[in-house]
Amino acid sequence: MTETLLPDLAPAYGEIFMAIGAMALLMLGVFRGNKSTELVSLLTAAVMIITLIITVTWNSTAVYTFENMFVVDRFTSFMKILVLVASALAVFMSMQYFKDEKEERFEYPILVLLATLGMMVMISANDLMSLYMGLELQSLSLYVLASIRRDSELATEAGLKYFVLGALSSGILLFGSSLIYGFVGSTNFTVIGETLSQASHGPDIGVIIGMVLVLAGLAFKISAVPFHMWTPDVYQGAPTPVTAFFAVAPKVAALALLVRVLYVPFGEMSESWTQVIVFMSLASMVLGSVAAVVQTNIKRLMAYSSIGHIGFALVGLAAGSQEGLRGLVIYMAIYLVMNVGTFACILAMRRKDGMVEDISDLAGLAQTRPAMATALGIFMLSLAGIPPLAGFWGKWYVFKAVIATAVADPMATNYGLITLAVIGVIASVVGAYYYLNIIKVMFFNEPEAEFVLQKSRKLKAIMGVSAALMVLFLLPQINAPVLEYARMAAAALIS
Amino acid sequence: MEHFPILSIITFLPLIGVFFILMIKGENADQRAKHVALFTTVFTFIVSLILWFTFDKTTADFQFVEKAAWLGDNINYHMGVDGISILFVMLTTFIMPIVILTGWISVKSRVKEYLIAFLILETLMIGVFCALDLVLFYLFFEGGLIPMFLIIGVWGGKNRVYASYKLFLYTLLGSVLMLLAMMYMYFQAGTTDIPTLMAYDFAIDAQTWLFLAFFASFAVKVPMWPVHTWLPDAHVQAPTAGSVILAGVLLKMGGYGFLRFSLPMFPVASVDLAWLIYTLSVIAIIYTSLVALMQDDMKKMIAYSSVAHMGFVTLGIFAFNVQGIEGAIMVMLAHGLVASALFLCVGVIYDRLHTREIDRYGGLVNIMPRYALVFMFFTMAAVGLPGTGNFVGELLVLIGLFKVNIWAAFFAATGLVLGAAYMLWLYRKVVFGELVKPDLKAMLDLSKREILIFAPLIFFTIWMGVYPSTFMDFMHVSVENLVTNHQAALSAVAETMAP
Repeated sequence: MTETLLPDLAPAYGEIFMAIGAMALLMLGVFRGNKSTELVSLLTAAVMIITLIITVTWNSTAVYTFENMFVVDRFTSFMKILVLVASALAVFMSMQYFKDEKEERFEYPILVLLATLGMMVMISANDLMSLYMGLELQSLSLYVLASIRRDSELATEAGLKYFVLGALSSGILLFGSSLIYGFVGSTNFTVIGETLSQASHGPDIGVIIGMVLVLAGLAFKISAVPFHMWTPDVYQGAPTPVTAFFAVAPKVAALALLVRVLYVPFGEMSESWTQVIVFMSLASMVLGSVAAVVQTNIKRLMAYSSIGHIGFALVGLAAGSQEGLRGLVIYMAIYLVMNVGTFACILAMRRKDGMVEDISDLAGLAQTRPAMATALGIFMLSLAGIPPLAGFWGKWYVFKAVIATAVADPMATNYGLITLAVIGVIASVVGAYYYLNIIKVMFFNEPEAEFVLQKSRKLKAIMGVSAALMVLFLLPQINAPVLEYARMAAAALIS
Repeated sequence: MEHFPILSIITFLPLIGVFFILMIKGENADQRAKHVALFTTVFTFIVSLILWFTFDKTTADFQFVEKAAWLGDNINYHMGVDGISILFVMLTTFIMPIVILTGWISVKSRVKEYLIAFLILETLMIGVFCALDLVLFYLFFEGGLIPMFLIIGVWGGKNRVYASYKLFLYTLLGSVLMLLAMMYMYFQAGTTDIPTLMAYDFAIDAQTWLFLAFFASFAVKVPMWPVHTWLPDAHVQAPTAGSVILAGVLLKMGGYGFLRFSLPMFPVASVDLAWLIYTLSVIAIIYTSLVALMQDDMKKMIAYSSVAHMGFVTLGIFAFNVQGIEGAIMVMLAHGLVASALFLCVGVIYDRLHTREIDRYGGLVNIMPRYALVFMFFTMAAVGLPGTGNFVGELLVLIGLFKVNIWAAFFAATGLVLGAAYMLWLYRKVVFGELVKPDLKAMLDLSKREILIFAPLIFFTIWMGVYPSTFMDFMHVSVENLVTNHQAALSAVAETMAP
């Protein structure tokens, strides 16, 4: 390879395009003011879609660039597709809301775009430095987004809380990174992985502590128990479209990063981190299910639900196999659609005097808005993991993988994973209780006041398409591409 | 050669009805929707008669098999019926028109949704009995919970929310354990194909766990004591049509599951744990019969009697011989008709007086002679009078059971006496005596629609009792094959254990 001054930019074309797009849109917004919000939103979505196309067309085995700090492979492509889809949908869903609330700000879509750019960098990070860079770009944008309604006390509180705790977690992550660098001598994932695998003795205690600290920092971002405390407050306090955005894209990105960190630099230490993952997974599933039971606010409920779902996704990681990773990837894809659909419904919960977000406000929806009630009912059952809906398949693939790992153990003594599976499915039954509660409120109770008719065609389309996908996922025409792409994505990390 | 995919057509026909009901708009939509639903179910039944007449009774193989790639990794869309499952498919398609007719007048709110829920449920129920792939089976098995939850929750009685939750969560809890077991089996055998798994030998210690996991699911569904408590609640709160489908078909899924999975796939564990089944079933028969005696709600009483009858089913299945299993299937079929009919009998007077309290009735024979006759017939059938299907089934179960466990058979037979006691008591309280209560005097006898509902039920109950061979011929080869394979598996294990 010839030495050139410029690094190979091709793998990062998508990110570069997004960065330029964000700057250009910022200019547009500044000059045209808040009037241009709708235009900026649409253009933001367009930038994301073009990036999506760039990402999809880049379909190859691993390519490294920027001194090996940046990697593109099938795993990153898959995760980036998820993030871009989730972000673009979040922008679409937000437009009507801000118009109705008369809170149109052109910064909103641009911040979403910048956060998404951060996520893209996170997913492609192959170095502790690029990891941190992506993570902070994402987090700082998210902090502002959480309090974008600066006249709302709740939103300000949410933003502040998120910022303080987020900064703490970033600090923990940085501390962990410095420990790893100190003991291994490199920040590059690939180099760390090679160094650790060549070590004659086991990894130094410092590396283990560093790894656990990095893990803790990332666990905060995916809101896995015991680092979940911020989630309910932020979900509730942030404006609903922001919550809809928080619920999916950042989680997918952070989870992708977590997976890469665990498999590339610390693949040799899987015995150490499996215990941590098993614990986090178990605790998240149980807490997510049990704590949600008493919630009355639907956004808060979705916060606990997301904690639980991260727990289920981590089951795939706990399996420690390619099949498990594939399960995780499939799980996140399905999680995306379920959540986007649910939040589209939550965004449609509007009465004449403004948005409502109590579960009891849904009373009798089946009679006043049958289509929306059916869609939300499908999402709830899917979140609960009831077959034949898509949510069931997500659980099916992760639990199948963990059972396979547990059984394949030649000693057949891997009771930890079996316990994980058993407690996991029981937690899903507990979780079913509160999802059913929403169905009960919608279908069994009598209506009180109607919601205003949803004007936004985008919202309706998102609801309808997501609900249809939930039901039709069992058709091979729909699931086969997802399964196949997920398999390739998983194979990119674990052979 | 590719043959006509008849099973898929029967399974998914009701969904076409759903589609048409969704299309109906405008005036008189409810009435038209009812006609569409009735037509769909009758048509499904007629199509399923093709199965009945073209089925080859001389082979134990699965017939009308359809297989198509589905999820990859050896998980296929695989459908087929043998001599056991075809009877349940027929039972389902036969009961469904009756179910639709049941709610013809009494359901007034959200009629279209009501019919849609039942039609979707029909698809899922037929699918359960036709599925030859574990994952496919699980989809149908679990999916059925959703419409049932809505049927009870939306159109049920006062305490419907509690009952619907209980039904859903109990069943789900049992099923998720079965799901884990399925994943284990998939990993071991590399496939979820049911016929392949039937021939697969699972390690003996694994069998126990797998058996227990499947047991958790089927025991709730059957239901067996002590996890039966969801059933009385569900029955009492469900609308009449919901009770009918619950007693008529849904409970049979548990028994079918034992026959299709537990016995053939875990033969050793089935025998090892048969004591558990015997104990629970005998307790179920005697205890729930005693509980039934104490009820003042008619539906609750019949619900408890269902638990007792299902005790016979599980006893028969775990007798591991041809008589026992054939008896169990006969009890399931007969109970499907008789219990449905009894819930309908309750529904008839509930529609008129809106109470199910036994004490509110009495002396109905004076004003409703036709009703009294029908109710009498089904009371006798439930008691197991010779000449009805129940008698054939229960007798065979007891014969089969006496060969393997005299005590279980003894206690089960005692249960028959108790069964007679509460049913006759119920009948006397409701139908006989003086007509003293003023609000009863205005009650009308059975309408034409109601007679139309009862007539086929009476006809087939007698047919089963008088000439059971019609039905036994279907199952005989399959059951014999099941028992032979079971014994072969046991002796194979015994050989390897021998020094």
